[in-house]
Formats: sequence, C-alpha cells, structure tokens
Amino acid sequence: MRSAQLVMYDEDYRRILQVIQRLVRDANAKGVFVVDRNGQLIGEAGELRGIDTTSLASLTAGCIAATGGLAKLVGEEDFPVHFHQGQRDNLHITLVSSRTILVVVFDDRSSLGLVRLRVKKAGAELAKVFEELQKKTDQEQAKGNTPFAEITDDDIDNLFSS
Amino acid sequence: MSFINYSSREINCKIVYYGPGLCGKTTNLQWIYNKTNPDLKGKMISLATETERTLFFDFLPLALGQIRGFKTRFHLYTVPGQVFYDASRKLILKGVDGVVFVADSQNERMEANVESLDNLRINLSEQGADLERTPFVIQYNKRDLPNAAPLAQMKKLLNPKSVPDFEACATSGKGVFETLKAVARSILQDLKQMSK
Repeated sequence: MRSAQLVMYDEDYRRILQVIQRLVRDANAKGVFVVDRNGQLIGEAGELRGIDTTSLASLTAGCIAATGGLAKLVGEEDFPVHFHQGQRDNLHITLVSSRTILVVVFDDRSSLGLVRLRVKKAGAELAKVFEELQKKTDQEQAKGNTPFAEITDDDIDNLFSS
Repeated sequence: MSFINYSSREINCKIVYYGPGLCGKTTNLQWIYNKTNPDLKGKMISLATETERTLFFDFLPLALGQIRGFKTRFHLYTVPGQVFYDASRKLILKGVDGVVFVADSQNERMEANVESLDNLRINLSEQGADLERTPFVIQYNKRDLPNAAPLAQMKKLLNPKSVPDFEACATSGKGVFETLKAVARSILQDLKQMSK
C-alpha cells in the first residue's frame, strides 16, 4: 500500500504558522520552514521570503533522506538533528515527526544553543499538530471527503486540453 | 504521496523518471524545463557529477493548471541511472505518486532496461508499493537512432501489461510532453479512484 495523503486544512495551517512565527521571534531566526519528508513545503515564516522555497523544500528532504540512509548504515534509525554552519548563515534541521522537517535559518544575531532550545518546544508542538492532522485526514478520507471525490474525467481532460 | 493544501488551494504530486544510465531521464526534464512558460515552472535543480551524470537527483517543479479550483503542481524527479546508485534511487522513490520508465531503445541496452525495470519493481515493493498499482507509463526513448530495437520487441519485453507507452526522442522533444501528460493524468485518475 502506498503512503497516505497529507491534507492541510485552513485551521491546521494557521496553527502551524503561529508556532513557526513564534519560533522566528523566540530564536531570533531569519527564517523558519516546515517541509514534508517528501519535499513539499508546508509553511514558512520570517524574513527570508524572497528565496526559492520550492527548491529549499526539495533539497532539505533530499538531505534528510541521504543522512537517514547513512544513519541506517551505521546502525542508527535516523539522525534527527542536523546543523550546517556557514560563513554568515547557518541551518538547523530537525525531524519533528515521522514525516515532517523543521528548518531554521539563523545568523550571528542568534546562537546554536538558543535555536536548539527553542526548536525543542516548537518541534513538540508541531509534532502534535501533525499527529492530529493525520487523524483528521484519515477520518475525512474514510468519509470520502477529498477534493478528488468530485473530480470528473472531463475535469482531468480539460487540464490537458490546452 | 500527494499533498492537498486547502489553505493555498493546491494539490502537489510527485513524479519520478526511472530508467537505466544514459537513457535520457535528465534530457526529458531539460526539454520540459526549456519549453515551459516561466510562470508555470520553478528552478530546475541537477545534483550531478562533474561529467554531468546524475549523482543524486534532478528536480523540476511544474504547475499544470487548475482543477476544481485547486492548482495542480507536479514535482518531477529523476533518479541516477547507474547501477551502483541504488541507495539514492530508493530514497527518491519514497512518496512517489507516479513513475515514468524511460527505456533506451538501443539494441545493446535491452538488458540494462530489463535490469532497471526489475530494480524499480523491487525498490517500490521495499517501500510497500506495487508497480502494478502505481500510476505508471513507459517511454521508449532514442527512437531516432539507427540501432533502435523494433518497437514490438520492446513492448513485449518491457510492457507485458500494456500500460500507456510512448515513442520518444527526448533530445528533439518528440514524445516528451505526451509522456508527462499521460503520467499526470494517470495520477489524477488514481487519486480520484482512491477517494471513492
């Protein structure tokens, strides 16, 4: 069986935004991103809005996947925390649930210790949101409440008619 | 695994181009990238070696239009085709919604095609997916080459279940968009089916 869909509803999206906007402030971060393990961007906050977030999401997922493979080689389940140090900006990447990644971009206005501390709390909150979201998605799917239920073959044909 | 975002009214799906080394997976993505309206595409990323062989993956985000008020976005990935990059192929296949198998039509690459297709089947099954139940299309690439195998022979060898298949020449673009549209259509139909 293929993995289940991830469905994001308005209220859950707002909860995620609240958590990451707070994390930007509490950690003095430049930007915070929530990425699905398959490379989809879920949410973003902070002052880095001009950057290519689609690529960021895809490469973050690739990075997590590659180091996850390395972890298994040395007998670990995963490496849940990554830190990349740059000359100006640094990246702190954490797995917050089985399928969600939290990325914090920060510079010398903050510190690794502060980011670690704040990510711990925010990560736990996000994990809870995603756990509830998955339950809700499963329930809605069981009821047949997905946008796909209403899609007709004509809708699909129309998408490719141009 | 598709991602439906009610907040931004978007549906995101993942397509993986699979196939033996040098069969033209990256060339497919490059053609799509070069021929797509800039408003509909994101940046193409290629994690390649110095000799332009794919090391980890190529990535191209693409918007196809709206369906019932939802923007449909497809993330196109290629895998590294060379046999020894199997660990990377497994990672990239995770969460895939649809697969394009790019076969190399050259006679001398038939064994590599069969080996790669078997490898796809094994790697999908390792993550609990079944190729027969995954949206899947086949592209017979490099049809323009003089040493291309007869189409009937390739169909018999690689497509016994008669999934949608296309002749192509990715360097000139022939068959590239037809293949992409077919897999995207198949994914949407599959999602519709799953929601019933």
